[in-house]
Order: sequence, then C-alpha cells, then structure tokens
Amino acid sequence: MNFLSIFVLIPLLMLLGLWVARNLNQVRGVMVAGSTALLALAVYLVFAFLEAREADKVSEMLFTASFNWFPALNIKYSVGVDGISVAMLLLSAIIVFTGTFASWQLKPLTKEYFLWFTLLSMGVFGFFISVDLFAMFMFYEIALIPMYLLIGIWGSGKKEYSAMKLTLMLMGGSAFLMCGIFGIYYGTGAATMNIVDIANHANGAVPFSNHSLENLWFVFTFTGFGVLGAMFPFHTWSPDGHASAPTAVSMLHAGVLMKLGGYGCFRIAMYLMPEAANELGWIFLCLTGISVVYGAFSACVQTDLKYINAYSSVSHCGLVLFAILMMNQVAATGAILQMLSHGLMTALFFALIGMIYGRTHTRDVRELSGLMKIMPFLAVCYVIAGLANLGLPGLSGFVAEMTIFVGSFSNVGNFYTMWTIIACTSIVITAVYILRLVGKILYGVCENEHHKLLTDATWDERFSVVCLILCVAGLGLTPWWMSDLIGTGTQPIIDVINSAKEFLYVPF
Amino acid sequence: MDYSQFLNMQAELSLLAVIVILFVADLFMCGDGKKGVYNTCLPVVLLTIHTVLNICPCCQGAGEAFGGMYVHTPMMSIVKSVLAVGTIVTFLMAHKWLSREENLIKQGEFYLITLFTLLGMYFMISSGHFLMFFIGLETASIPMAATVAFDKNRYESAEAGAKFILLALFSAGLLLYGISLIYGATGTLYFDEIGKTLTLSNPLALLGLVLFISGMGFKISLVPFHLWTADTYEGAPTVVTGFLSVISKGSAAFVLFTVLIKVFPELVGAWNQAFMWIIIFSITVANVFAVRQNNLKRFMAFSAISQAGYLVLGVMDGTAQGMTSLVFYLLVYMVANLGAFAVITTIEENSGKINISDYNGLYSTNPKLSFLMTLCLFSLAGIPPFAGFFSKFFIFMAAFKAGWHWLVLIALINTVISLYYYLLIVKAMYIKGPGFTEQKLVSISADNDRVMPEDGPIPTFRVDCYTRTALFICVAGVVLLGICGVAYNCIDSFSYGLDKVMEVCTGCCK
Repeated sequence: MNFLSIFVLIPLLMLLGLWVARNLNQVRGVMVAGSTALLALAVYLVFAFLEAREADKVSEMLFTASFNWFPALNIKYSVGVDGISVAMLLLSAIIVFTGTFASWQLKPLTKEYFLWFTLLSMGVFGFFISVDLFAMFMFYEIALIPMYLLIGIWGSGKKEYSAMKLTLMLMGGSAFLMCGIFGIYYGTGAATMNIVDIANHANGAVPFSNHSLENLWFVFTFTGFGVLGAMFPFHTWSPDGHASAPTAVSMLHAGVLMKLGGYGCFRIAMYLMPEAANELGWIFLCLTGISVVYGAFSACVQTDLKYINAYSSVSHCGLVLFAILMMNQVAATGAILQMLSHGLMTALFFALIGMIYGRTHTRDVRELSGLMKIMPFLAVCYVIAGLANLGLPGLSGFVAEMTIFVGSFSNVGNFYTMWTIIACTSIVITAVYILRLVGKILYGVCENEHHKLLTDATWDERFSVVCLILCVAGLGLTPWWMSDLIGTGTQPIIDVINSAKEFLYVPF
Repeated sequence: MDYSQFLNMQAELSLLAVIVILFVADLFMCGDGKKGVYNTCLPVVLLTIHTVLNICPCCQGAGEAFGGMYVHTPMMSIVKSVLAVGTIVTFLMAHKWLSREENLIKQGEFYLITLFTLLGMYFMISSGHFLMFFIGLETASIPMAATVAFDKNRYESAEAGAKFILLALFSAGLLLYGISLIYGATGTLYFDEIGKTLTLSNPLALLGLVLFISGMGFKISLVPFHLWTADTYEGAPTVVTGFLSVISKGSAAFVLFTVLIKVFPELVGAWNQAFMWIIIFSITVANVFAVRQNNLKRFMAFSAISQAGYLVLGVMDGTAQGMTSLVFYLLVYMVANLGAFAVITTIEENSGKINISDYNGLYSTNPKLSFLMTLCLFSLAGIPPFAGFFSKFFIFMAAFKAGWHWLVLIALINTVISLYYYLLIVKAMYIKGPGFTEQKLVSISADNDRVMPEDGPIPTFRVDCYTRTALFICVAGVVLLGICGVAYNCIDSFSYGLDKVMEVCTGCCK
C-alpha cells in the first residue's frame, strides 16, 4: 500500500479508537497519539519528497498510486503529491496537532467532539493527497459537514444560525463545484477523473471541445472553491462561522479548511481550464481584490475579537486567490506561502482568542484592557501573532506578502498594476487595526475587578501556542527551503496556464 | 407444454411458497403461539431464505415464460432482491408494533398482505406484456390500501386507506386508458412488438405515453400527482409508511424505466421533455413543503417525493448508465430511508412521539439512536462518506452525460435545500433541548408516556433486538454500499446492452 494513504488511515484508526475509548484520558490519549503520528508522518514526507524530487524531476506527482474504484465510470482512488500538497499536508498536521491541545479542556461531550474533529481532519488530509476529482470532491465534502455539528453543539453566541449559514453556503458552493466536475469529466473527452491525465491528455492543445462551456465550468468551479476561500461576495459565512465556532474548530477552519478553497482554485479550476482562466481570470481578480481591501476595512470597525480575526482572514485568504490569479510563478509561490503563513498565524490568533475568552468570558474589545499585566504570556504571544499578521520581517507574514506583491508587480499591464496597488493598501489597514487592538486590550490599566483575578496559560495551552509561534518564526526566518519546495509544485501548473496565453483578456 | 419455463419464475414461485407456508402456519398458531416464533421470526427467516435463493442464480442469463408474457433478466432479479431485503427490514421494524395487544391477533394478515404486494411487484417488474403489467400493478397496490388502513381503530389510518385506494384506482384508470390507446394504435400488448411499431407520427402514441406517465406518476408520487402522499403517509401506521415510501415507490420507478425504453423508445424526446418538468417540480415543490413540516411522517413524505424526483433523473434519455444509477440509487435510498423509519418507528412505539419538536434533546437521552438517525439523514442528504453521496453523484452524472446540464444544476441546488431540512432534525436531536448538563435519564415503564413532562426530551429506552437488527442492516448499507464500489460495479455489469437497444431504436427513428 502506498504510504500516502496512511494520512487517511490514521484518522480512521483514531475514529475507531475514540469509538471504544471509555473515559476522558483514553480519548485524550488517542488524540495525542494520532495527531503526533500525523505530524511525524508529515515531517517525514517533506524529507522523503525532497529526496525523491532530486531523483525524479520530470513527473508532476510523486508517490502516486491508484486503485480502481468504479471501473464502469473510470473513477479511481488515486493519490500523489507535489510540492504544494506536501506543504499543505505539513500545515494541516501542525494545526491538527496544536488544535488537539487547544481543546484539551473542552466540555461537555468531549468524545463526540473529537470524533467529528477527527472526521474533519480526515477530509482535509484526504483532499490534499488525492489527485482524482471524485475522491477529492468526496474528501472535500467530508471536511465540510462536521463543521455543522462542531459549531452547532460546542459553539457560542448565535451558533445555530452561524452553523446553518456556514453549512448551506459551503454546500451551495459545492453544488456548483459538482456541476463543474461533471463538466470537466465530460467536456475534455479524456474520460478520466485523474487531474494529471486530464491536463496532459491533449499534449498542450486545447482539451475542451466547446470553449464557451469551458468558460461556464470554470466559473462554476472557481466560484465553488471560491466560496470556501471566502471570496467576495461569498465570504459572509466566514465571520459568523468563525465567531461562533469553538477555539480548535476556528483554528482548523481558518487554518486549513479555507486553504482547500485556494488549493482547489489553483489545482482544479486554473490548471484544468487554462484557456478559461486566462479569459475570465480578470473578473475574479477584481472580486478577490475587493475582498482583500474590504476584509481589512471591515476588521477595523469590529468590536468582537473573533470577528476582527475572521475579517482579517477574509482579507488574507483573498490575497491567496488574488495571487494565483496573477498567473506567474513568483506570485503563485507567494500564494502558497501565504496559505501556510496565514494558516499558522490565524490558528495562533484563534487559539489565543479562545484562551482569553475562556478566562474573561467576553470577546468585546471595549470591555478588555490591561491584559498584559494579568496574563503576560498570552499577551506577549498575542503581540507576536499580531506582528506576524501585519507582515513584520522575520515572521511568516512578511515573506508571503512580499513574494506576492513582487510577483504581482512584475505582471505587465495597467490593470494588474492598479489592482496590486489597491491590494497593497491592505498592509497599511492591517497595521491600523492590529496595533489599535493590541494597544486597547493589552496595554493600559485593567478596569474590570474580575479580570484582575485571572491566571495565565496552563501547560497545554502554552505548548500549543509555543509550537505555532516556532512555526511562524521558522517560516519567517528560513523561507527558502519552503519556497523551493513549493516552487517545484507551482512551476508545472503555471507553465500549463501560460501555454494558453493567446486567450488572455485584460480589460485595459 | 414446456415446464422448464417455470424455472425462470423461480423468484415468484419461491415467494408464493413462503406465502403458503405462512398462511398454513397462521392457521395452526393459537393466540399464545403468535407471541412466539410466528411473530417476526418465521416470516423473516423464510423471506431471507427466499432472497438468498433469489440472488444466487442471478448470474444465469435471461429467459421468458408464457410466450413472452413474463420475462426475466439478471437486472430484474437484482431489483427483486433489493425489494425483498427491504421487506425483511420492514418486518423487523414491525415487531414492536405487531406485538401490541390489538395487533397480535391480526399479524398474520400483515405478513400475507405485505408479501402479496411484493409478489405483485415481482410480476410487474418481470412483465413483458401490458396485461401482466397491469395485473401485477393492481396486485401490488390494492392490498397496500389494506395495510395503510391497518390500524382500523384510528380514524386517520382509515382515512388514509380510503384516500390511497381512491387515488390508486383513479391512476389505474388513467393507466388503463393509456394502455387501451396504445393497443388501438398498434394492435398488440407485447412490449417488444409495441416498441417496434409505435412511432411519434401516430397520434395515439403521444396520448398513450402521457396517460402512462401520469398513471405511474401517482405510484411514484411525483409532482403534480403527489397530492395523496402526505395525508396517506401521515395516517398510515409508521411501518407501512416506510414500506410505502421505499418498496412500492422503488418498484414503480424501475418498471417505469423498463417500460419506457421497451415500449416508447421512439418517443424518447417526448418523455425527456415531460420528465424534465416533472423532476424540476417534484424536487423543488417537495423541498419547499418539507421545510415547513413538523410531523415527522409528513416530513418524510415530502422528502420521499423529492427523492423520487432524483430517482427519476436516471430515466433521462434511457441510458445504461442511467439504469445502473437508478437501481443503485434505489438500493441506497432504501437502506437510508428504512433506517430513518426504523428509528422513527421505535421512538413512536416507545414514547408515542412523532413530531420533530419532540426530538429536541434526543441525543442526551438516546445517543445511539440519534447517531444512527444522523447517519441515515446524512445519507439521504447526500453527504459523504455515506452511500447517499455516491448514489446522488452517479445519478447526476448519468443525467449530465445525457446532456441535461441545467437540470442537474437545479437538482444540485435543491440538494442544498434538502440538506437544510434534514439538518433541522439533526439540530433538534443534538443542539436544541435542555442541553447536556442536566441529563434526565428517566427510564420509561410500560405505559406512562403521559406522566413525562411535556417539554423534556424523550426518555431513555431500550431498543428491542429486532429493531436493532433492522438498524444494523440499514446502517451497514449506508456506510458500506458507497465506499465499497462492489455494489455499483455489480449492478453495472447487468445493465450492458441497454445502450444498444436505444441506439437501434433511435437509429430507426432517424
């Protein structure tokens, strides 16, 4: 058996383990063992991949394997990884690992909580290892549905509304996505669901027999994934969902699940329909440009800590889609780096917010002040997360945004330059809301008597926060090996997209 | 006379044997005996033997009997086995209900009537002649009315029975009229011969087709022929509702498909047009109505109408892939829906509650039942990794391949609406209610459901072993049928050759 499938097998075993677990300690034991194994496997995969890539520079996917699932429809369970998916798998493993510790104290129904949590992570891992459209779509939906129960049962605030809104909007997106997948399957004439085979079967010629239908399927697919990637105007589920979700679910959702959207847009929509991507990319570029700026401005006026971070996620995830639509190598690598960086720092942010909320029982900025004296550890970590968010050199945010904007500026044409300048303003706006926030809640004098009695982080909280900070700093200080890894994955996709440049349409 | 042709009818004959054995056993069981082996055990064992016998030789080729009145293909025996398994599950579900004081004495009637319905469906599926088809159809639907009115002391049950029989007869009348028009046009009632001679240029053909579709539309409860569904489903005993929503609907849908491709291949454009609108209205109207329901049986009625709409998507263009997906959809829908009905029945029998709002906080008192219900509902909504996702994916794929892109998109958007109302039940079970901190684990004694506080969740109870078995079968199906591709691949291997039939016919047309 191919060792990539172990990424799905481990969560499956964890589900079984949770099923038979009798008490809280056993549940925690299963979760720690499983998530550690996943992390170890992901780290091993990075090194194994680098080695294998040295040996084989030609094939796009490495460690491929395939099992004939539904021969009648030529649907296979195929796995394989390239540089992008390796990076994403590593990110997911880190978030699942730290998320487990962040929900250490969660009550009630701990066992059920971890059951759905593990199912969610199974979907995420399965999505990133699949190279077959059907299997990919299946794992995508597996990852979506546990969110309903996770938010609905363990959430806070108007959780029923948020959970339903999130689920229905994402499922609505996946309805269009499914239509797009059928369109690709029957439109290309390749009669296969394997992504690499579809991309290569026409040897660089236009694979779709009907170009206007290709445009339609591109719009469906990109929008379908774009909903999960929080693309304007389909981002509205994100603030409500994140605000109501419990800590670890926010972490996993903002950290990993939203990346499924960006990854899918790049790997499926743009890679398989390069002509349509060149022709219609500008429409989506405008939309994502709007989300970048709009998300940042919205974050400025929010008073709920989680809403601020959720809108900040809209802005940063918008930047991911923005960068891949620039359709050049540097920007695309920056996009994947941004996924990694945003995943790590937003998970850190949500973890910290959850910890603060667990103590103060409020997330309202107006009611919090002077936390630095009361819980110095959490406060310092919060500052670090904020600085990473606004792109301070040395932390991960800087590396990603720098790469994106350098790549974007190198695109020729007033249209691209204009949108790049607009998107760049988000850096300033981010600095505004982050610094204001930090100043308001961490510094000054604590006015609430009740808050003065609170304690600092416990060992499990410290552990998960420190892990995330190390990753953020590690990515910020040594970005080259990650960007090299990612570059090997983005190169072939960008080549395919550029080969269809004759379809390129730019408004001005 | 060649007696070997009876071998082709092995499924019907063995079912008849089961019926006779049960009938004789019923005569010799006194009142006490009916609480013992005769209650559920004997019928289930006999029916299981029948099903196993039925599945095994399905690898044999096709055959016919009575000069083509009766035809047999491997695909048909698969569908028959699916229906038989569904009936077994229904019997298992019915145990507690039949063990009631007033039902003990007449449980034999329930088994016999249900099995006769099944026999009628067998004949209907295997018919090669309109007369056989009609006899089968009536054998399937008239006894059904008796089971719908089985709780004769309940006013709603009797009313439901009356509604059902009236509309069944009305639809049978339409169907007969359609058949007579077709006979007038072609001068024969054999499916094969009609298919060869009936063309679109014949004015009676189109009218016959329309009447045939409306007659079958009543059986499958497609919009706009669905008006009886909600009332009948609500009034009928819950077990019967389960049977009605799956077995009777499924058999009719399969027969619709086979008759359409055998009898009306030249009119493929016409029935595509008709079904496009029927499907759009069925899923949309039913979904919109289902959102507003509080009674769970009415809710399931509208859910069943919309599921029938998806099921009929396989009919579009009459492709082999459509046939495979339709049968697979039927199988998956059967396990998921019967699973949900098993939960509903056992909750109704133990607490008397049937409204969605009664399910508030069910997870805190009956976690396992709620969990199984959730799996079944997710499967109905088409959420992976449960089988419903696969069946929906394949049936949409088949319709998409036939070129009905917009229809598929509308159906897909409707799955989102259906997800909304299925999640309403999940929400009631998990999220609403008194919360998990103050669990009231009150065990229920024999007859005190009135003592319970009105607003508390349904108290904890033990599920009897027959219902457990039914649930086990259903949930195993829900979890495994999709993931293990065997079921689909196996069904697919029997639908070969269909495309050729359609090609030849449309070729003639051109």
